[in-house]
Amino acid sequence: MSDFAICLAVSAALFTLGVVGVLVKRNAIVVFMCIELMLNAANLAFVTFSRQHGTVDGQIFVFFVMAIAAAEVAIGLSIIVTVFRNRASINVDDVTMLRR
Amino acid sequence: METLLYLVFGLVALVGGVLVIVNRNPVYSALSLVLTMFAISALYILQQAYFVAAVQIVVYAGAIVVLFLFVIMLLNLGDESDLPASSGTRRFVGALLGVTFAGIVGAVVWEYASTAGPAVAAGTDIDHTKLLARVLFQNYLLPFEVVSLVLLAALVGVLALIRTHGRDLDSSEADNV
Amino acid sequence: MLAPTALLFLPLLAGVLINGLLGAKLPKWFSAALGCAAMGASFLGALIVVPLVAAGAVGDQVLWTWMAAGSFTVDVALKFDALSCVMALIITGVSFLIHIYAAGYMSHEDKRGLSRFYTYLNLFVFSMLVLVLGNNYALMFVGWEGVGLCSYLLIGFWYDRERKEGDSTFPSQAAKKAFIVNRIGDFGFLIAIFLMFTTFGTLQFDAIYANAQSVVGGPALMWGKPVLWWITALLFVGAIGKSAQIPLYVWLPDAMQGPTPVSALIHAATMVTAGVYMVARSNVLYTLAGTGPSLVAPIGIITAAFAATMALTSFDFKGVLAYSTVSQLGYMFVGVGLGAYSAGVAHLMTHAFFKGLLFLTAGSVLHAMRDVGDIRRMGGLSRKMPITFITFAVAALAIGGFPFLSGFFSKDAILLAAYQQSQWIFWLGAITAGLTALYMFRLLAIAFLGEPRDRELHDAAHESPAVMTLPLIILAVLSATAGAVLGMHEDGLLYRFLSGVLHVEHHGAATMTPMFISVALGLVGMVVGLLVYRGKSADQLNHGSAISALPRAKWYVDEAYDAAIVRPIHDVSRSVLWRFVDKWIIDGVVNASAAAVYAAGGVLRNVQTGVVQTYAALILAGTVALLFVKALL
Repeated sequence: MSDFAICLAVSAALFTLGVVGVLVKRNAIVVFMCIELMLNAANLAFVTFSRQHGTVDGQIFVFFVMAIAAAEVAIGLSIIVTVFRNRASINVDDVTMLRR
Repeated sequence: METLLYLVFGLVALVGGVLVIVNRNPVYSALSLVLTMFAISALYILQQAYFVAAVQIVVYAGAIVVLFLFVIMLLNLGDESDLPASSGTRRFVGALLGVTFAGIVGAVVWEYASTAGPAVAAGTDIDHTKLLARVLFQNYLLPFEVVSLVLLAALVGVLALIRTHGRDLDSSEADNV
Repeated sequence: MLAPTALLFLPLLAGVLINGLLGAKLPKWFSAALGCAAMGASFLGALIVVPLVAAGAVGDQVLWTWMAAGSFTVDVALKFDALSCVMALIITGVSFLIHIYAAGYMSHEDKRGLSRFYTYLNLFVFSMLVLVLGNNYALMFVGWEGVGLCSYLLIGFWYDRERKEGDSTFPSQAAKKAFIVNRIGDFGFLIAIFLMFTTFGTLQFDAIYANAQSVVGGPALMWGKPVLWWITALLFVGAIGKSAQIPLYVWLPDAMQGPTPVSALIHAATMVTAGVYMVARSNVLYTLAGTGPSLVAPIGIITAAFAATMALTSFDFKGVLAYSTVSQLGYMFVGVGLGAYSAGVAHLMTHAFFKGLLFLTAGSVLHAMRDVGDIRRMGGLSRKMPITFITFAVAALAIGGFPFLSGFFSKDAILLAAYQQSQWIFWLGAITAGLTALYMFRLLAIAFLGEPRDRELHDAAHESPAVMTLPLIILAVLSATAGAVLGMHEDGLLYRFLSGVLHVEHHGAATMTPMFISVALGLVGMVVGLLVYRGKSADQLNHGSAISALPRAKWYVDEAYDAAIVRPIHDVSRSVLWRFVDKWIIDGVVNASAAAVYAAGGVLRNVQTGVVQTYAALILAGTVALLFVKALL
């Protein structure tokens, strides 16, 4: 098994872990961490393919993903803080306003 | 020898990922996440993406996870035991979808990895931070600037979200914490 | 070289935009000055362009491609040739004078109204130039509809006015009538355009005319008539609507509800002659199809005679002139119908001068008489308004065919063509010429001569200001001299200029006989009009002979249309279309679709749990399904 295949396999497995986490966890913050897990899995794939093709464009993309992730985390966490302030809970099941 | 390192760090990353999900205490989850980040960073180094690896540690382990921890502490969230456990249905559906997804993605990876040719001769340039900078600031200058705008927007957005209407910030924090 | 286009169109466009967008904020004098200046600049442009065209320095101007579909393209392109230049000169020149006149006539409007008026007026001239300068039927149709829109807007300019006592209509209703009646004609025009497209695959004038010969012997399309017959006949339907011929003339008399400068400009001098221009422009088609003598000329001459009877009995100053316009347009169609295209266009030009002048004098009179248009309350105005009277008299002599004035030349050219080809058309035309002189001098005798019939109104009457009388004088000079200067015969200036575009037919030798007949009848009409109507009291006028009752009631044409078309449509709409089709079928479909969406929503809303993770799971399930399908394929 080549190094290349190992990295891709790790990337796929991490992504799946992230997906499962998002689906089953109730704690909003942990759900968020799982999203970060998925982003990292994608980044790993980017770097791996970049190496495979011998260009740096994939690595550039990783930068952009990181920057967007930083912005997203800031916004997401502040939403969580706001929700917690209003409902004293970070259980995602309690936030069902979208239904109405 | 190198393949062994790949295997070890890949395994560490996966263990960290599993721990993120399995831990009931969000603080442990965050720490497990750091473990995964370091492992991934190591994989980057193995692939000669040194600069990305450094940024990975600085941004993710150094900033983002710290932010997570900060919020957990701020909201005084202990372990998850006060939340009702996830229902069996949810776990079942999650596991089913996850396995199916992993199966399909795994099949694709397997097929791709077995057909893809050898890596392009490990260009001596590929790890070169200079080259990275040149590409970033020449070919991707506009997206780069746009990203800075996105960050600014996020900054403003956070301020708007956190602002408490008509109430003093300190007192509202005191009420909730 | 786009300069000619810019010279003609840009000033008007600027006038429309500035007055239209900022008018409410501009002072009155500025709106009026801007409207007149834009018009004047455009007129100057025409004066510059026309000699260039005559010298052959300016040809077609392709501005841009309007639409392209396969091999079919329509360009926004202008055609500068003798015919379009003559039209452009008439339009811009007469419009310029009327713009100036309107500054005086409309001076009582507020600044919002005045800027609106000049916006419409400039837009009208712009559209009219598009109509006559377009080099294909599609662009002509754009101008055609544009002038129709402006006509609608300007007839209904005083849209808030209610029905006045004794009037049969009021501005907003008259505007709607003009628009709707014109739709019928436009429908014919549109079908003709479609037919030309299917027959020739293009709408460009030159391309169609070049290929017209090849479809002459073609198979019959419908009713045993070949395609070219149908094209020309349907084009003529459009002309009937726009140029107020039988049976669609009914909108024009009502259109007099608009301000008088509008009546002069649109409903006498320019827009209503668009139909004549179209037939003249399509002269190649009409000559090949033979529709002219069998369809165009008969309808023209019948309209001319029919409208003259109504002009003879109307008591409304502008009403007389309106029917007179319908009648004179009939003459023009006789001209172009009988192949005397240059004569038709020449009469179009002289008519623009003297009928524009007549309407402007009417405006001057109305201005003095506090908007009372009933000639039974006028009389003796010649002493109060000498300039108006004299210019009116010149125009009346010109339209009556007094020797060596403009109407004499152009009308006799048409009657000569009739004399050579069809005796009944000639005699009806000659009699109508007599009637024309009669009703004009009846109007002159009743309104300007004799004793005042309404002392109070008469005392308040006054001559109009110079801004209004100056255009009258200029138009009077043109009405008097245009015929002699331009020489309305084959070697004359106008005919030679037009000969490159307009097909010339010879039907026997020129003869003086028709001229003597029509001049004799015209002079008799003038004398009779003066002798009979001078000094009659209002009561005497009211008790006319029984013969005049029918034409005075406008032959009950409006009533007949009302009973035959308007009421049935109205009743069917009420009883069937509204009560059944709209209420049950259309509303039913709408309500049923709403109910179906509501029911479906009731089922689908169960998906919306509000729990984020459900949505995430659904997204993932969708992704998995897609990947699965991809893997299977």
